[in-house]
Amino acid sequence: MTLNVQDIRRDFPILNRKVNGKPLIYFDNAATSQTPQQVIDVIVDYYSNYNANIHRGVHSLSQEATDAYEQARLKIQTHFNAKHSHEIIFTAGTTHGINLVANGFSSLLKKGDEVLVSALEHHSNIVPWQMLCERTGATLKVIPMNQNGELILSEFDSLLNENTKLVFVNHISNALGTINPIEYIIEKAHSAGAAVLVDGAQSCPHLKPDVQQLDVDFYVCSAHKICGPTGVGMLYGKEEWLKKLPPYQGGGEMIAEVSFEKTTYANLPHKFEAGTPNVCGGIAFGAALDYMNTIGFDNIAKYENTLLDYATEQLLQVDGLKIYGTAKEKTSVISFNVANIHPYDIGTILDKMGIAVRTGHHCAQPIMDFYQIPGTIRASFMFYNTKEEIDTFITALKKAVMMLS
Amino acid sequence: MTIEEIQNDIIDEFSMFEDWEERYQYMIDLGKTLPLIDEKFKTEDHIIKGCQSKVWVHADMEDDKVNFTADSDAIITKGIIAILIRVFSNQHPKAILDANTDFIDEIGLKEHLSPTRANGLVSMIKQLKMYAIAYQTQLN
Ligand SMILES: Cc1ncc(COP(=O)(O)O)c(C=O)c1O
Repeated sequence: MTLNVQDIRRDFPILNRKVNGKPLIYFDNAATSQTPQQVIDVIVDYYSNYNANIHRGVHSLSQEATDAYEQARLKIQTHFNAKHSHEIIFTAGTTHGINLVANGFSSLLKKGDEVLVSALEHHSNIVPWQMLCERTGATLKVIPMNQNGELILSEFDSLLNENTKLVFVNHISNALGTINPIEYIIEKAHSAGAAVLVDGAQSCPHLKPDVQQLDVDFYVCSAHKICGPTGVGMLYGKEEWLKKLPPYQGGGEMIAEVSFEKTTYANLPHKFEAGTPNVCGGIAFGAALDYMNTIGFDNIAKYENTLLDYATEQLLQVDGLKIYGTAKEKTSVISFNVANIHPYDIGTILDKMGIAVRTGHHCAQPIMDFYQIPGTIRASFMFYNTKEEIDTFITALKKAVMMLS
Repeated sequence: MTIEEIQNDIIDEFSMFEDWEERYQYMIDLGKTLPLIDEKFKTEDHIIKGCQSKVWVHADMEDDKVNFTADSDAIITKGIIAILIRVFSNQHPKAILDANTDFIDEIGLKEHLSPTRANGLVSMIKQLKMYAIAYQTQLN
């Protein structure tokens, strides 16, 4: 099967809208993806027909909502090939998942321990670990990258030692699109006795990770990057780790017995799911995965690669344009600048022509510091984008450059 | 000229433009006329927070009138600040404090006025008025 982009575009109502009088061209997918009608319908159906609190009601609505929510957990388990459904924790998103793990490790780390983080990280995957290190006295070390935006693996090898307890790395960099060799990193980290958390915020829209095959300890992502709603995501953790980590937040749902003397915690996954969760969001997350799987990740990857190659080729023909992040393995994210024009100026003019791109440091200031630039313009594509949109974008970009030069 | 007169002039100039392109081209050109801040004032404490691009502003007072100089690393931002400085420079601090900035809406730049927009037009206006407050206090 190949992917019919015109059919697919009909699933996304937002792609019909105009911005500043021009048809919307949405190239800010790495920030948030758009939502297909199939997922919107699930959200409307939930609030129209079975909105209720879960896991606590004896009544039918509560049972239906609970069933649908747990069904979504099973879909996520299947999608990521987790061994147990209780290894899937619903979160508010990637940031929440990372903080949950970082907080849990506060009680497991001590002075002298080392944690490694990659130079390619999003602020969400830097700050929680800095906070963790401040609390525990552990040391944060950085795996450096080269000019292409690839991690230098020999440096990683020499940073690993018996004190290394944790390694954090994103699967794909949001600022540059680099696909990191997480298989290698996981294997090496394990042989040094360290656990690995992979930030999958940018990978899950483009590929289908198999957490058992990867043998990863923790994997986190956000539904809003995978055609689902905002404010919901998942943390996968190996059962043995999730049992070891203390709960993150206290509240309803996460307890077994409560008295003022002592509370015993609920079993997994509820131990980490305090309070009423984003029930509708979780169900819609499951529906988004169904949608993506119906199109097929192989088809998605193949198609997005053609967009990436085409856009790269076209962009390089623009005078003075420089692409940041030229890793051999990368996804459909292109970060660039044109001559010494400020990214903000180009972003503003493109918006006037209906084109949505991201400008700035992309929550990855260390990467911008590495290249000594204030930021970049980032165009990121999903399977619903087209070559024609790229053509329009290139024409608009040339016009912006002309106005601003 | 009073602040209001200058604002009316600017509204007249912008009313000649047919579309966004002409408006933005004009703003970009205005950016090139910005009275530039002395390099020695391009320090952390002259930077206006809340902008995606860097903006530096400096003010001094002569004969009870405040004069502004500025710079930015983005041209459109430079254009916006050039318009603001044209309105507020060479005015009495009290006049600056009393002035409203509704003209920005009238020249079709309303989108830049949103407090959540990363260009920081709102922070720029606030900063210019802060300088005016400081100088007003000196005069009292
Ligand atoms: C690599 C990476 N990590 C973490 C995040 C944060 O995701 P969220 O804001 O959904 O928690 C993002 C989103 O921009 C990201 O791209």
